[in-house]
Amino acid sequence: MIYLDHNATTPMAPRVFEAMLPYLKERFGNPSSPYRFGNEARTAVERARKRIADHVGCRPAEIVFCSSGTEADNLALRGVARALGSKGRHVVVSSIEHHAVLNTGRSLEAEGWQVTRVPVTADGVVDADALARSLRADTVLVSVMHANNETGVVQPVEEIARRVHGRGIVFHTDAVQSAGKLPGPLAGLGADLVTVSAHKLYGPKGAAVLYARRGTPISPVTTGGAQELGLRAGTENVAAIVGFAEAMALAFEGQDVEGRRQADLRDRLELEVLAAVPSARVHGAMAPRVPNTSSLGFQAVDGESIVLGLDVQGICVSTGSACSTGEPEPSHVLLAMGLSREEAQGTIRVSLGRGTRPQDIDLAVRALAGTVARLRQISSVGGTAG
Amino acid sequence: MSDERDDVHDDAEIDPEGLEGPVLFYNEVVIDHFMNPRNVGELAGDEADGFGLVGDPSCGDQMKLWITVRDGRIARIAFKSFGCPGAIATSSMLTALAENRTLDAARRITDDDVVEALGGIPEKKRHCSLLGVRALQAAIDDWEKRRSLP
Repeated sequence: MIYLDHNATTPMAPRVFEAMLPYLKERFGNPSSPYRFGNEARTAVERARKRIADHVGCRPAEIVFCSSGTEADNLALRGVARALGSKGRHVVVSSIEHHAVLNTGRSLEAEGWQVTRVPVTADGVVDADALARSLRADTVLVSVMHANNETGVVQPVEEIARRVHGRGIVFHTDAVQSAGKLPGPLAGLGADLVTVSAHKLYGPKGAAVLYARRGTPISPVTTGGAQELGLRAGTENVAAIVGFAEAMALAFEGQDVEGRRQADLRDRLELEVLAAVPSARVHGAMAPRVPNTSSLGFQAVDGESIVLGLDVQGICVSTGSACSTGEPEPSHVLLAMGLSREEAQGTIRVSLGRGTRPQDIDLAVRALAGTVARLRQISSVGGTAG
Repeated sequence: MSDERDDVHDDAEIDPEGLEGPVLFYNEVVIDHFMNPRNVGELAGDEADGFGLVGDPSCGDQMKLWITVRDGRIARIAFKSFGCPGAIATSSMLTALAENRTLDAARRITDDDVVEALGGIPEKKRHCSLLGVRALQAAIDDWEKRRSLP
């Protein structure tokens, strides 16, 4: 199998698995228990918090463990909405956010909030000027992702942070697709709240963090025990948290070299595809991108058919985000970039990872070119015979 | 859909066998018809007795279908489809079912017949099977219209 869908999830690094094992077996204690056995688990959680904080560039008390990126995004949006709802009821998000943010925004709308969705350029970059213009006296929260999951396009988060701050507005960024892929500490982005998920960076599923800068107004959205500084009730997923810390450390080891390697492979993939497939295009190619992601569009064919055609040959790629697969609606991200529905429908996402080798790229391109040519012979659209 | 309440938990959306998550799985027959679709192509000239076009690429799937009619039967049938695996496989199976049938029998082919012949398709893809059925009916209508012309 050639796995080229690392934006969906990544294989757990062996080191991560090893670090987790004791907490799945003999060290099963509850971190909140009052005896020494429970304290072992507490120590493991707090050591993990410290390690992650060091890489994020923040204090341990600013790290809140959650179960998923989606939960962290929910805590960010709903938590700030709850804390600041008496001050104003307007939220600004970008039109290319993950459903975890977009649908939480819709949920807030149903509760009487107003939500502005800021457009992006044809290259998939959030329009920072439009965003600044959308801010109002009653705006309490802005949420713009760091890197888009479908295109890999990196958003001008630092600039947005500068323009949002000084107005008493909280700024959240979902960094699930950039964490571990770009250099520099995430706290340096200037956001008040940052979401990171473990399983996108070779850690386990079931662990994520919300970095919450000290002093950020935020209320819990789950009620229960006082875990995670009172922001996230529920027994900690100790093994996954320990694995997350190990994965975070791994992500920053040789990150520059690995990032360049993946960017080179990504460029090779795109050059080969453009050479081998007529009327192919790369979405967001002119924008800054994370090194591993490529959004490839093909005229007159359907992306889901390409995905199945490659799946039959043992190659895993994706249409948009994994959550939308199976829905008849084409990607909201590509539509926001001004693509027609037909263009969006003909797009696949290829996302490389640490295990991707040059020969994987060559094999995938050959299979992709063959699949697109075959589908074009079947296609009722245009005269392209591939 | 609009009269469904979304604030009540409803297990109707969960596949009882757990086979259909958000990702769709196709059986071997469907994959065969997707990978090796039958009767792909276009008919022209004397062979193009009837033509049907349904769908629109700007709103999803599209299918073009041609038939050759000889002695009241579908002597030849050909199609082209733009769409998902479900659309391609159901289009292919429809043409396989319709070939050599009388026009009356061909008209009676339903979307359920296509799905059954394929051994089932994911629930979310059932609507795809209508594409071919409607294209075939349009092609037969077209043939009848042309024949009635002086």
